[in-house]
Amino acid sequence: MGNSGSQKISVGNAVRYGDLWTKLSMILMGAGMFGHQQKIKGAFVFLIEIAFIVYMIGSGIHNLVMLPGLGSVEAGEVYNEAKGIYEYTQGDNSLLILLYGVITLFVIAAIIVLWILQMRHSYKLQKDLEAGRHVPTFKEDLYSLINGNLHITLMTLPCLGILIFNIVPLVFMISMAFTTYSKEGNHLMLFDWNGMTQFYRVLNMNGNIGRQFWHVLAWTIVWAIFATFLNYILGMVLALVINRKDTKAKGFWRFCFVLSIAVPQFVSLMVMNIMLQPHGAVNVILQNLGWIAEPIPFWQDAMLARITIIVINLWVGIPYTMLQVTGILQNIPSELYEAAEMDGAGPVTTFFKITLPYMLFVTTPYLITSFVGNINNFNVIYLLSGGGPTYVGDTAGQTDLLVTWLYKLTIDQQYYNIGAVIGILTFIVLTVVTLVTYRNSSSYKNEEAFM
Amino acid sequence: MSTMVKKNAPSARKTAVNVLVHLLLALLAFVWVMPIVWIVLTSFRKEPGSYVNTFFPKGYTVNNYVKLFTDRNVLNFPKMFSNTLIIAIVCCLISTFFVLSVAYSLSRMRFKFRKPYMNIAMILGLFPGFMAMVAQYYILKAMGLTEGSMIRIALIIVYSACTGLGFQIAKGFFDTIPKSIDEAAIIDGATQWQVFTRITIPLSKPIIIYTVLTSFIAPWVDFIFARVICRANADQFTVAIGLWNMLQKEYINQWYTCFAAGAVVISIPIAALFLYMQRYYVEGMSGAVKG
Repeated sequence: MGNSGSQKISVGNAVRYGDLWTKLSMILMGAGMFGHQQKIKGAFVFLIEIAFIVYMIGSGIHNLVMLPGLGSVEAGEVYNEAKGIYEYTQGDNSLLILLYGVITLFVIAAIIVLWILQMRHSYKLQKDLEAGRHVPTFKEDLYSLINGNLHITLMTLPCLGILIFNIVPLVFMISMAFTTYSKEGNHLMLFDWNGMTQFYRVLNMNGNIGRQFWHVLAWTIVWAIFATFLNYILGMVLALVINRKDTKAKGFWRFCFVLSIAVPQFVSLMVMNIMLQPHGAVNVILQNLGWIAEPIPFWQDAMLARITIIVINLWVGIPYTMLQVTGILQNIPSELYEAAEMDGAGPVTTFFKITLPYMLFVTTPYLITSFVGNINNFNVIYLLSGGGPTYVGDTAGQTDLLVTWLYKLTIDQQYYNIGAVIGILTFIVLTVVTLVTYRNSSSYKNEEAFM
Repeated sequence: MSTMVKKNAPSARKTAVNVLVHLLLALLAFVWVMPIVWIVLTSFRKEPGSYVNTFFPKGYTVNNYVKLFTDRNVLNFPKMFSNTLIIAIVCCLISTFFVLSVAYSLSRMRFKFRKPYMNIAMILGLFPGFMAMVAQYYILKAMGLTEGSMIRIALIIVYSACTGLGFQIAKGFFDTIPKSIDEAAIIDGATQWQVFTRITIPLSKPIIIYTVLTSFIAPWVDFIFARVICRANADQFTVAIGLWNMLQKEYINQWYTCFAAGAVVISIPIAALFLYMQRYYVEGMSGAVKG
C-alpha cells in the first residue's frame, strides 16, 4: 500500500494508471482482457457490449424516453361507416411502457456492474503482468468454475431466476404505487405518475380506504399474534403430552395428527368452509340432534367468523408445531427436569419455567418465520371466509388480512395502485416486526444463555 | 424425605392422570381425523350435492371416482391430472437443483456476494408472495408464454424460478456435515464439484428427499398462480384449479362428491410421501434451527 495509491485494484486507479488496453476498455469493454492475454474472455465481454448497444438502439432508448410520461395516446374508437362498426385504434399501453422501462433500467444497471467489474479485472491483469505473475488462461478459468469458483456455476441460474421473476416484478409492482393505475377514473390503459397521493389516501384515517386499511391492519396483527402463539404453545403441549413417559401408543397418536398435514391444505380448508355453511353438515347435524334451533352463522357474523378462523387454524397448525418441536424438545437437558422434580415442581410450573423459556430461546427464528407466514397467510383466510363478511361499500371484508385484501384489490377490483401501496405497507410492517422481535429475543441478546 | 413419599403414595392418582391424558388424546385425535374421514365418506356417497343431513351416507358407490376419471366434457380431470404431473416432475428437477446448489454454495464456499445474498433472500421473503404475481404474468406474456401449451412452461417457470430463495433448511443441514471430510478430499486432489457431487450429496439423502418432495407437491396444491396464469384456458388447468372449480356455484351440486373423490386421489400419494418423509422433515427442521 505504501509506495503509491496505484496498488489498489479499483476503477479510479484503472482510469488513472491503466495502460492503453485498460483505458481502451472504458469504451470497448473487454479490451483490457483482450490485450492482457485473455482473448476469449475479452471477446465475450465485447460481444455483450455490442448486444447491449443493439438493444438500446432497437428499443431501450425508446423505453427510457417513454418512462417519465408513461404514454399519452389514447386508444380510440372510430366509426367505420363502410363496415358499420366501431373500430379500435391502438393507443399507448402505460403498463407495458412501465414494465419495459423498468426492465431497461435493470439492463442498464447490469451493464454498469459489468463495466466496473471488467475495468477492475483489466487493471488487475495489467498489474499481474507488470509484476510477472501468472495470468490464468481460458482453460484455467473454465477449470476454476468447477473448483474455486464453483459458486458461480451453481448460483448463476438460481440468481437469474430470482432477478427476473422476483426482483424485477417487485420493483415493477412497487413503482405502480406511485401511479394512477386503477379502475377508478378509468386508468387501466393510460395512467400517470402521481407521487405519494395513494399513500396519503391509504394512511388517512378519515377517508374510506384509510378507515378500511387501519381496520384490516389491526385484525391482521391480532390474527398473527393469536395464530402464531396459540399454535406454538398448544402444539408444544401436545408434543409434550404425546412424548410423556407414560403415554402409550405414541406412534399412533402422532400418526392421527400428522395425517391432517398430509391432506393438501386447500382441500381440507375448502371442505371446512362447506361444512360450516348455514346448510352445511355441521349445522344440519347439530339441528338434527336438537342442540340448536337456528343455523350458527359461522361465516356471516364478523366476530364468529374471526373466532372460527382462529380455531380452524389451530386444527391446521398444531400438527406442524408438534412435528417441528418434537426433536428440539428431546434436546432439553434432562437434568433440568430432574432438578425441577426434586424441588417438587408440578408439570405446569415445569412447562412455564423450563420448557417454554428454553424453547423460546432456541426457536425464536422459527417463531419469527411463522409470524411472518401468518401475516402473509393467504390460504386460510381466502379459502375459509374469503375475507367476508363484507359490509356494503367496502372492498375489505371483516376477516380480510392485508394480503387477501391486496389480492382482492389487484385481481378482483383492479385497483392496482392501492394494492401496490398495501403490499409496500405490509412489507414495512413485517420488517419492523421482524427487526424488533429479533433484537429483543434472548437468542440475539445473550447467545450463551443455554449453552 | 418428601420426594420419597411423593413417589410411592399416589399411584392411584397417577393412573387417573394417565387415563385422563389418553381420553384427552382420543378426543383430540377424533377432532383431527374426523374431517378426513368425512371427505373419504363423501367420496363414496351415492346421493349427490353438498347438503346432507346425516354424517354417514345413505348409500355407497364408486361412481364418483369413475365419473372423475371418465367424464371429459365439463371438467376434464384426467387432462388436468396429466398437466399437473408433467409440471410437477419438471419443477421438482429444477427446484431441487436450484435449492441444493444455492445451499451448498452458501454453506461451503466463501465469496463476497454470500452475506448480501442471504440478506436479500430474507428481505424478499418479507414481501407477500403473490405481490409480484401480476408483474410475473406480464413478463411471461412479453415472453409469449401465456397462450396455448406454452402456459405449461409459464407455470413451470413460476413454480421453480425463485426456489433459490428457499435454501435455509438445506443449508442448515449442509452446515451440520463436518468440514473435515471436505478438506480431506480436497487434499486428495478432489475439486469442489467432486466434493459436492460425490461427498455432500450422498451424505444428504434426508434433505434431498425433503427438497424433492416439497417441490413435487407445490404444483398440486397451488391454485393462486395457476388461476391467474391459466385464466380461461381450460385445457391447461391443473388439478388444484379443477378442484377449486368443482366447488363453485355452477358446479357444486353436480360435482361435490367428485370433488371429494379428487381430493382423496391427490391426497393419497401426497399423504404417503409425507408420512414417509416425516422423519426427514423433523431432521431438516432441527438442523435448520441449529444452523
